[in-house]
Amino acid sequence: MRRLGRWLMDGVAVLVLGYLFLPILVIVLYSFNRPAGKFNFVWKAFSIDAWKNPFAYEALYESMKLSLRVAALSTAVATVFGTLIALALTRYKFRGSGAVNLLLVLPLTTPEVVLGSSLLSLFLDVNVRTGFSTIVIAHIMFSVSYVALTVRARIRGFDWTLEEAAMDLGAPPFRVFFKVTLPIIAPGIVAAAMLAFALSLDDFIITLFNAGNRITYPLYVYGARRAAFPPQINVLATAILLVSLLALGATVLWQQRTLRQRGLAVTPLA
Amino acid sequence: MAGTASGGARRSRLAPYLLVAPGMLWLAVFFVLPTITLAQTSLSGAEGGWPAYHKALTNYGVHFFRSFRYALAATLLALAMGYPLAYFIAFRAGKLKNLLLGLVVLPFFTTFLVRTFAWKTILNDGGPAVWLLQALHVLGPGGRLLDTTIAVVGGLTYNFLPFMILPIYVSLEKIDRRLVEAAEDLYSTPVEAFRKVVLPLSLPGVFAGSLLTFIPAMGDFINAQLLGSPNQQMIGTVIQNQFLEVRDYPLAASLSFVLMAVITIGVLAYARVLGTEDLA
Repeated sequence: MRRLGRWLMDGVAVLVLGYLFLPILVIVLYSFNRPAGKFNFVWKAFSIDAWKNPFAYEALYESMKLSLRVAALSTAVATVFGTLIALALTRYKFRGSGAVNLLLVLPLTTPEVVLGSSLLSLFLDVNVRTGFSTIVIAHIMFSVSYVALTVRARIRGFDWTLEEAAMDLGAPPFRVFFKVTLPIIAPGIVAAAMLAFALSLDDFIITLFNAGNRITYPLYVYGARRAAFPPQINVLATAILLVSLLALGATVLWQQRTLRQRGLAVTPLA
Repeated sequence: MAGTASGGARRSRLAPYLLVAPGMLWLAVFFVLPTITLAQTSLSGAEGGWPAYHKALTNYGVHFFRSFRYALAATLLALAMGYPLAYFIAFRAGKLKNLLLGLVVLPFFTTFLVRTFAWKTILNDGGPAVWLLQALHVLGPGGRLLDTTIAVVGGLTYNFLPFMILPIYVSLEKIDRRLVEAAEDLYSTPVEAFRKVVLPLSLPGVFAGSLLTFIPAMGDFINAQLLGSPNQQMIGTVIQNQFLEVRDYPLAASLSFVLMAVITIGVLAYARVLGTEDLA
């Protein structure tokens, strides 16, 4: 009985992992396809043409550049805003912290279609033309919560007496921040920034409402279902996957090294 | 010591407010204010007042109901699939734990839309899934998977499954192992030990995971648009269409508002049933 239960549980676990993995396998595989027509949905023949010429489609290339610019800008701003909120919530007891927590969680429990449409109704109301800046505004809006909650989870329970020790030794506040506080919270900030970047690069629904006539990478993919769906889309998706994995691996190694240097236990990924 | 304490207190009076100010102002202007504008827009129809809401509910009630059913089905499926995997990673994976967690979040690193197109490839007529099911005689000769409810619910389940797995994993990981051992010593069967100790302690994770799956699934329209036929369209499709194509803003805003209300009511009811109210 005990054995059977365990086997069943393990079996389901392996099947679910396979389910999670299957579409990713298809994405990578079809980047090596030479489709018969304009749409890369049916397997025809193995080819590395798309990999040799990933930027063959000007509009696709431009959309990727736009997405990277939006992601870089919104991540930079959201990381600063979110980290400051996380510091306030972990370092201070203050009146209104409950309201701050609520305002952080609410955007996460609101469907994207509501976030996107309400932001558009604001822009329509005040006659702002949607375009590059409104995309960035929207992305900062939904990233701040993720950054604040991630950084807060990572820095909760740190030994803040180190700061006091530095101040008692006569270090001025700015020096304390850059020499003591920042190195302690840096791994959490990097993790949060990576999350914000990935979310921005991937966002479709909120962007669709607030992009005007600008086309980000996800918007290009959406439009591609009508005109042509070249394997270059899969090449870029695979490239994003590879770069993310490399970045993730590098930060995990870096975090383990800094933690070991401080003689702390190595914490797991999540 | 006294000097540091009072200095800290003085600092703490203004400092936290200065720290939260930029982010909170951003959320106030670009999250709270838009919600108010949305409410105003929904009441600004040519006829004034509530006709937009009346139209939203009578014409698109079927879409709301369908979205609710699909999101509920996807949440239950994700729970049935996610719990065993989260349990496996937390209790049985050993050294593979971090690798498996990495695999769970791997889909996040490929574009959401490209992933959904990959499902289109898999479920396509004449594709591998249809071929397999026809060979097994589950599907008739003319049977298809694309443009069916199964495809849409399957796509929704897939897209939000990691949101179910991670919170459940976190709550399982927190459980004291000695508690489980004690339970297995006390209760006659491991099933009972699981039911009386592990399951109740993991309920906060189940709660958070279910919300994080249900809410985005209820508002999603990509899966319905790419994997379904017009018969599977969800409320998100209608909102997007009314906002961006038809441009009937009062109607679109009232649809958006009703969606928010339905979700809030659902979440509160669910919180009452499970008896826990912390989301994060």
